[in-house]
Amino acid sequence: MPTVHFTDAEGAVRDVQGNPGDSVMETAVRNGVPGIVAECGGSLSCATCHVFVREDCLSKLPPMEDMEDEMLYGTAVDREDNSRLSCQLRLIDEIELFVTTPETQV
Amino acid sequence: MGTHVAAAEQTSAGTAGAAGTETDSPTRTGLLIIGASQSGVQLAVSLRALGFDEHITLLGDEDHRPYQRPALSKEFLQGTVESESLIFRSNEYWADHNVGLVKGEYIVRIDKDPDGSGVAHSSSGRQFPFKRLALTVGARARKLEVDGGDLDGVLYLRNADDALALKARVGDAQDVVVIGGGFIGLEAASSLQKMGKNVTVLEFGPRLVGRAVGEETAEYFLQAHRARGLDIRLNTSAKRFTAKTAAGEKQTAVAGVELQDGTVLPAQIVLVGIGVIPNTQLAEQLGLTVDNGIVVDRFALASDGTTVAIGDCANMPNPVPGSEPGERIRLESVNNAIEHAKVAAYSLTGRREEYAGIPWFWSNQADLKLQIAGLCNGYDQTVLRRDEDRGKFSVIYYRKGQVIAADCVNAPLDFMAVKNALAKGQNIPAGAAADPATPLKTITTDS
Ligand SMILES: Cc1cc2nc3c(=O)[nH]c(=O)nc-3n(C[C@H](O)[C@H](O)[C@H](O)COP(=O)(O)OP(=O)(O)OC[C@H]3O[C@@H](n4cnc5c(N)ncnc54)[C@H](O)[C@@H]3O)c2cc1C
Ligand code: FES
Repeated sequence: MPTVHFTDAEGAVRDVQGNPGDSVMETAVRNGVPGIVAECGGSLSCATCHVFVREDCLSKLPPMEDMEDEMLYGTAVDREDNSRLSCQLRLIDEIELFVTTPETQV
Repeated sequence: MGTHVAAAEQTSAGTAGAAGTETDSPTRTGLLIIGASQSGVQLAVSLRALGFDEHITLLGDEDHRPYQRPALSKEFLQGTVESESLIFRSNEYWADHNVGLVKGEYIVRIDKDPDGSGVAHSSSGRQFPFKRLALTVGARARKLEVDGGDLDGVLYLRNADDALALKARVGDAQDVVVIGGGFIGLEAASSLQKMGKNVTVLEFGPRLVGRAVGEETAEYFLQAHRARGLDIRLNTSAKRFTAKTAAGEKQTAVAGVELQDGTVLPAQIVLVGIGVIPNTQLAEQLGLTVDNGIVVDRFALASDGTTVAIGDCANMPNPVPGSEPGERIRLESVNNAIEHAKVAAYSLTGRREEYAGIPWFWSNQADLKLQIAGLCNGYDQTVLRRDEDRGKFSVIYYRKGQVIAADCVNAPLDFMAVKNALAKGQNIPAGAAADPATPLKTITTDS
């Protein structure tokens, strides 16, 4: 099963098992992981599902499309090189991801 | 959706409730939320985040676990997302948070005491006693009253069952007529066209999307959709829906739409999207003030001072900072359902936090992603930013030189810049904004 390790801005960690095909955002929201708001439910319209991906996990992820790239310029906490919108990150079999949620999303 | 929850999930109100006072019957829930959708779900979630520790009953009449509606006219209709992705929260989440989820119960009557407590009665005869009440009952599709309106194949799109009914018919249909050129009509029309259907949109008014967007944006969408092959007819209405006339037999399925001028368009599906009516029946029965929605104050409290009403069903003071005193508004959007729920959660925990915020909205139609920040009512100037090559288009609205809203198509940078500026009370000077090559973020000023 894919696993996502969510670290919040204070350093608290939550490990959540997800399903292949689900997004990191869905995995977080369904289980009530704080720090992901995801107002638009994954339709790439709100930028409130921002996460920082641990460097060594970046290569496991699908490349960023233009729309995601542009949306990332509007996140509540400024983007970094390892920023992604978690609704665009689909889990695949046995993947293990480490992400940090920003201090605020709105 | 489709997947029904296990019986165990249907905890009856209060069985898992927090210890109440002696006078409480064991089945009395701390808060009964009627309407298990965007705003009801957010209310429960926000209350738990604020430390509200009484049992919550989240009750709805639909036979699905609470799900998000926006995809129903978009990704779900097109089959690019599964129903499971639309579910808000896992069963475990509700169980862990002491929220009893009740599906498939329609509340027909409520007896309420002045202290805010009472009993809700469902159409199946069940009773749901509560200490506090929240109405998150949303809105229903406005029906089109024309001859043939009850024929098979005349459909609406408000909830998951509607979407499933539509999906079930799409396979056999070649021609679809969509009545109403608002957001839902255009989203569904684009989806159905993408699925290979021959789609015609009839709009009664002189332009698309009513007053939710400005003239320029409406015109942009008209041209863009026509360029993509959608047959859009403005100033046109349906006189009646026709059925097949086979030898002697009474036909029940829709076959066409007759326009006022006598033209008949073939249609195996007619999708009606002509707006919604807020569900105020329960509020009226309770004697609450109702006027285009349940009238609430800045704290989401209805006229009895104890019931909260939020989301699509509520008529509230305009939450945009600086709006005219006394100005009221009813908003139909996810953002409003969420923000309004947060305010109600404060009220229910004894805090007074006024609803203030910048509304925003999105709508995906074909490859057009519309994002709206703010409300454009009362603008006196617009600035157009158009980048034909990259398919970007924004309209920025101003009132007395101050930015108040923006409609942005495939232009998230503009949307984000305006949304953030509005939230911070900043301005984006109109002169400088007119150059589409200038990022708005770089010209934002402090007032
Ligand atoms: C097809 C579609 C697409 C949309 N797309 C977008 C979009 O792209 N962006 C956006 O911002 N917004 C969109 N919206 C609007 C958004 O979904 C609504 O604003 C939001 O759902 C409002 O939430 P609510 O909880 O106030 O009401 P609702 O979602 O309407 O929920 C009310 C619930 O209460 C139930 N109910 C009513 N009366 C009773 C009763 N007496 N007893 C029990 N249950 C009852 C109803 O069955 C319903 O489940 C869309 C809506 C639809 C229908
Ligand atoms: S959930 Fe809205 S952009 Fe990801």
